[in-house]
Amino acid sequence: MGNDPMIEVADLTKKYPGRTAVAGLTFQVGRGEIVGFLGPNGAGKSTTMRILSCYLPATSGTARVAGYDVFTQSMEVRRRIGYMPENNPLHPEMRVREYLKFRARLKGLGIAKSRERVDTVLEQCSLTGVSKRIVGQLSKGFRQRVGLADALVHEPDLIILDEPTIGLDPEQLRSVRQLIKNLGGKHTVLISTHILPEVEMTCSRVLIMRQGRILAADTPDNLGRALSGAHQVVAEIAATAAELREAFEDIPELNDCDIAPAEGDYMRCSVTATDGADVRVQIYDMARARNWRMRELTRSRLTLEDIYVRVTRPDGGEDRN
Amino acid sequence: MRTYLVLLRRELGSYFVSFIGYLVIALAIGEMGLCFFSLVQSLLNVPSPLPLSELFFATPLFWLIFLTTAPVITMRLFALEKDSGTFETLMTAPVTELQVVMAKFSAALLFYMIMWAPFIGCAFLVRHFVNDPSVVDLTTMTGTFIGLFLLGCLFISFGCLASSVTKNQIVAAMISFAFGVSLFVISLFADQFSSIGGLVTLAFQRIAVTDHLQEFARGIVDTRQVVFYLSATGLLLFLTHRVLESRRWK
Repeated sequence: MGNDPMIEVADLTKKYPGRTAVAGLTFQVGRGEIVGFLGPNGAGKSTTMRILSCYLPATSGTARVAGYDVFTQSMEVRRRIGYMPENNPLHPEMRVREYLKFRARLKGLGIAKSRERVDTVLEQCSLTGVSKRIVGQLSKGFRQRVGLADALVHEPDLIILDEPTIGLDPEQLRSVRQLIKNLGGKHTVLISTHILPEVEMTCSRVLIMRQGRILAADTPDNLGRALSGAHQVVAEIAATAAELREAFEDIPELNDCDIAPAEGDYMRCSVTATDGADVRVQIYDMARARNWRMRELTRSRLTLEDIYVRVTRPDGGEDRN
Repeated sequence: MRTYLVLLRRELGSYFVSFIGYLVIALAIGEMGLCFFSLVQSLLNVPSPLPLSELFFATPLFWLIFLTTAPVITMRLFALEKDSGTFETLMTAPVTELQVVMAKFSAALLFYMIMWAPFIGCAFLVRHFVNDPSVVDLTTMTGTFIGLFLLGCLFISFGCLASSVTKNQIVAAMISFAFGVSLFVISLFADQFSSIGGLVTLAFQRIAVTDHLQEFARGIVDTRQVVFYLSATGLLLFLTHRVLESRRWK
């Protein structure tokens, strides 16, 4: 990572009439990082990206990209970013190569340079085969890659992608994610999404947003570790719900248990222990002591999805930050 | 300048790859043909001392072309981009609002002038078949095209403004059509009230586009009118620029 950060956002606020989209956002993104913005719809992800890409001004606070202020030095910033807005708008009447060439020239590349770069990004985004096709007639996956190629064409320092994988089929998803992943190191990438596996697969750092605030910011692994104190144990035991509940009372570390009928005579119990204690042994002992049959005993690690749900839950998720 | 040319090329190109571009040209040629036909028909019966270009503008059909094409040409300029979201990719590229406004305006104006090109053909046709060279001469034709250009500047720049304030192309077209019709009606009023006099009538006469065009068609290029059209165009383009910029004030 370089000396000075690629993105510096300090106390950024954006108010729309009657609504605050972004409330006092502060974060930094270092050079070469791939950072994921994660949050439910309306969390302020797109607004933040629009401010960073100089499309909208902030109500207050500052945002700097590569050391340039997005409002007062907007031209310098715009030269250094590749932005793909939500829904990836393109000119449907143009041909792929023609469109990319237009965009490259618009972003200030010379004729020879733009030709060379267009060839490179066509290759990079596996678009060479469709370079003469009309954009409006391409499938969603190809169109998405055209948008991505557009964001890359002028070799920007920072690439901002707003929900780049929305509406893609699994095969296309994989290729687009791989493409994004390959961009790290050379470019700084900021992507927004509400698809969790995407963040786990591609991002080196996650910023979880809700209602215009950052609730958590860390690597996916660290976030998992930070919250692993509350992991769950799942056991399937052949006993009645009442018996089980009574038996669980004897285990002091147990915090919470959820018992639901499973296949056959078994009950599926999801229990949460306090303080990161491992209650698997106690549960096994309990079942053996009472001569209950048990067919499953697993500890589930919290997935990013659990973290996300915990953090973004409206009722007091903030205290976990 | 390079950015302007890149934008201009795309804008102009988009007219020629879209259905609407050819539709406008086809309609204009069709209407022009009808105008020309009715003109020649009436000349067969009653001879006229006026030059052809002036007679042409006196036919009501001509104004139909004028009032309908300008809104159709300009309606998509900003409204479509705002609606499809490409405006966002455009404005996050290193381009200034001024470059965008000027490129879109010039592309529409160029297309509009290309649309009038068949009119030269009509004039040559007449010239070929009549003995009197004064029917169609270079002065009146130049005057005519200067007039068409200046009126075009005004109507296209208003179309730009109309298109920049809305996301809906139909709304944009309706606004600029209403503007054109009001100017046309004002010209009619100016003719009718000319005997009454007064400040309002004078004002009406000053902005009577039909009268202006008649004069241009006679080969008279009055600087007052040139200044009027160019300054009005400048004002409208300035307002369009402000509308685009206003996004950054909110």
